Amino acid sequence: MNIKIYAKPFDPWAEIQAYQHSAQDMAGKFGATSIFIGTMRDFNEGDDVKGMTLEHYPGMTEKQLAKIVAEASQQWPVIDVLVLHRVGDILPNEPIVLVAVWTSHRGDAFDASRYIMEALKSRAPFWKKELLKSQAERWLVKNTDGYLAGSS
Amino acid sequence: MSIKVRYFASLKENIGRSEDNLEFFGLATVADVWRAANPDKVLPDNTLAAVNMDYVELNGVVNDGDEVAFFPPVTGG
Repeated sequence: MNIKIYAKPFDPWAEIQAYQHSAQDMAGKFGATSIFIGTMRDFNEGDDVKGMTLEHYPGMTEKQLAKIVAEASQQWPVIDVLVLHRVGDILPNEPIVLVAVWTSHRGDAFDASRYIMEALKSRAPFWKKELLKSQAERWLVKNTDGYLAGSS
Repeated sequence: MSIKVRYFASLKENIGRSEDNLEFFGLATVADVWRAANPDKVLPDNTLAAVNMDYVELNGVVNDGDEVAFFPPVTGG
């Protein structure tokens, strides 16, 4: 398991490859890898967005993410998990979050990664403040529900 | 007892401070900590609270040396 907070842009694909390569003990064991990447859009709620600042609560963020990953590992036979999250100033098209889950079979990979992602959205202490094209700044008030049709 | 209070995001901006250090005598709850730190401000309805980086209810009791945090609903991911 690895949970990391990045203050600078990261390449999720390179991170997945490097992590899978370094985790020698899971070679031959996993049959499914589920990957979720959240990327910053240049629009939200009908407005053009030119940037964002992601604040977090250092320490609590890692503690809550570790708890969420442990919960998922109790519910599904998870072999390994990688969770990466950006903080600081972010530009459109930059990755914000990566959740990668390795399991023996696909159902567990899909379910565990969905669980981790939804729990992260509601419990990991991160806060987004958008900078709009109009120069106005606004804090996001709440996350959308990931299980509703058409939500993001 | 000594309690450290921290605020984050829009709540931090509204209050104009990122933290407080308070002294209490006797039993205190998380709600008491808010009232002592912000006597003129009602705790916003949707505020979340944590003690030592775990989520708690407002009636949770605090202990000497605890770090209490108040913040708005989280919006990461």
